Amino acid sequence: MAKMMYRDAVRSTIFEAMERDERVVVLGEDVVGGMGTAGGPEAIGGIWSTSTGFYDAFGPDRVIDTPISESAIVGAAGGLALAGKKPIAELMFADFIGVSLDQIWNQIAKFRYMFGGKSTCPAIIRMAYGGGFNAAAQHSQSVHHFLTAMPGLKVVMPSTPEDVRGLLREALRGDDPVIFLEHKALYGVTGEVPDGDWTIPFGHARLTRAGQDLTLVATGLMVSRCEAAADALAKDGIGCDVIDLRTTSPMDEEAILDSVEVTGRLVVVDEAPQRCSLATDISALAAQKAFASLKAPIEMVCAPHSPVPFALELEQAYLPSAAKIEAAARKVLGYR
Amino acid sequence: MQLSREQMLQAYRRMKIIREFEERLHIDIATGAIAGFTHLYCGQEAVAVGVCEHLDTDDKIVSTHRGHGHCLAKGCDVDGMMKEIWGSREGLCKGKGGSMHIADVDVGMLGANGIVGAGAPIAVGAALAAKLDGKGKVAITFSGDGACNQGTTFEAMNMAVVTKAPCIFVFENNHYSEHTGFEYAVGTQQDIASRAEAFGMKVWRADGTDFFAVHETMRELLDYVRAGNGPASVEFDTERFFGHFEGDPQRYRGEGELDRIRETRDCLKKFRQSVVSAKLLTDADLDTIDAEVLDQIEAAVVAARAAPRPTPEDVLADVYVAY
Ligand SMILES: Cc1ncc(C[n+]2csc(CCOP(=O)(O)OP(=O)(O)O)c2C)c(N)n1
Repeated sequence: MAKMMYRDAVRSTIFEAMERDERVVVLGEDVVGGMGTAGGPEAIGGIWSTSTGFYDAFGPDRVIDTPISESAIVGAAGGLALAGKKPIAELMFADFIGVSLDQIWNQIAKFRYMFGGKSTCPAIIRMAYGGGFNAAAQHSQSVHHFLTAMPGLKVVMPSTPEDVRGLLREALRGDDPVIFLEHKALYGVTGEVPDGDWTIPFGHARLTRAGQDLTLVATGLMVSRCEAAADALAKDGIGCDVIDLRTTSPMDEEAILDSVEVTGRLVVVDEAPQRCSLATDISALAAQKAFASLKAPIEMVCAPHSPVPFALELEQAYLPSAAKIEAAARKVLGYR
Repeated sequence: MQLSREQMLQAYRRMKIIREFEERLHIDIATGAIAGFTHLYCGQEAVAVGVCEHLDTDDKIVSTHRGHGHCLAKGCDVDGMMKEIWGSREGLCKGKGGSMHIADVDVGMLGANGIVGAGAPIAVGAALAAKLDGKGKVAITFSGDGACNQGTTFEAMNMAVVTKAPCIFVFENNHYSEHTGFEYAVGTQQDIASRAEAFGMKVWRADGTDFFAVHETMRELLDYVRAGNGPASVEFDTERFFGHFEGDPQRYRGEGELDRIRETRDCLKKFRQSVVSAKLLTDADLDTIDAEVLDQIEAAVVAARAAPRPTPEDVLADVYVAY
């Protein structure tokens, strides 16, 4: 067991995979950092420090620093994968996915299906998502809801260093395209990471708090906000299940339904705006399949239907907080 | 072409405002007074001002993530910009946009942009509108050496040529895109302009640290575009004095590089040297402007600090005109 930062879990898991499997290739803007400058390669080592040292260890054929060209990066990852490699592409900020949307949505997500199952496309597309840094509307977005809505993609949202390791390993061993969403606010978070060669299968949620009264469901950064709300409620003797989904496609429906069948009360927390979101998806699931167990209307704590604002006060008002989650929980608990 | 004394004083003042606005931001960001991602334009002032001095409010510009200089050169209000970057509800964009998304369509400034390469297609649209209006107006898009690798930029250049849009592609080559060198990332190696040539555009090249070279080049280029010849492009060789973003440790820079470019490639110093040695203006003329600008920036900061903050209800304002 080692203590490790979220960002180091990303880096070391990829590094180990590259050592083990020479098909693994990394590409993206500034993944080497410093190419063509006086400071030279490795002057930066990736803007999130998730590829520091890769170039020195594996060279330019396997650590490909790219121009600013997201369509080409994502499309090339698809081509590398179709041609037998295991590419890990970095998109810097999840917001930049817009530039490459065709290559993700119409190409890599659909290859296997369109080709009659005769090929695989094991491309991993990593990106940092989420708000909290006053980076405003084009550098703060959550994109998991619309990527989850695309058949053919698997969508992963680790919330701890341990989950980074287990889920990234699983992605590397699988043969499907995977969107790997790293929350900016989690890179500096430290946690225990077990030794050994283990993985976390996709579609298996993690119960981070257990209780009988209320179910809280979340992903990524929102998991710790739910935990804080659950801890506050526990002081009043209220017990919450906190479910960290870990992957949104596939999604662990059973974990949600099993919990709701016991608690009868559900609050879904999502950093994206509510309309057509993961939160509405989960709410529909519970309404459809656990209707008889529900004792109160489902609550959703989501971002408002607006772009992410810049100013401190506005962004605070925008993002779901532990206090808003707690308030939603009390509302659900008080329903009769 | 000789510039009048008034034109030279105004150009110098505009460049100085950009310089001092940003030198001040650099400090207020370092001390944590200002939040968010900020990319400073310092060093490139001669490009923004040399381009925009030729324009009026009906000519449009589209900017980049490094947009303060373009905004100020195009005539965005200094106080409004400062307040925006401080996140006030009195800011040019009511605190919604911040440094990376400042816009003021009333002065023909159609937005900075957080997405690299997103500006060029928008400028083509604005240029097509200008063509429709038939008043000889133009639209200008600024792009870096990094943005020139984006597909949007290529698509925009080709579409501008095909549609004969009065669109001007200004490439500011400051040799870096984030932490990657231009020689690595731009396949044509020493040149961006040749790409525009390949799309069938007439192209100019000039030293972007020399205000007079920029100004004269743009005069020729604008005469050509306003005459209805379709789009054109120009590449300016320039420098950025600060990191990619505020907080960038700049380990990719060469030994002494920043001191050297501040010493030999500073467009404000060069401007002063050339006008004083040619006896067009005196040091005293410029010193007076320097002092006035410093006061103006100080006042803008004081106003921004004191300006009202947004409230939570403001989040949902301006998503739609009506819903
Ligand atoms: C689509 C997209 N990709 C990547 C980025 C991250 N990014 C912001 S600025 C920048 C470099 C831009 O370089 P250049 O065009 O040369 O402009 P400069 O920063 O030198 O002014 C990058 C990669 C982004 N904002 N948008």
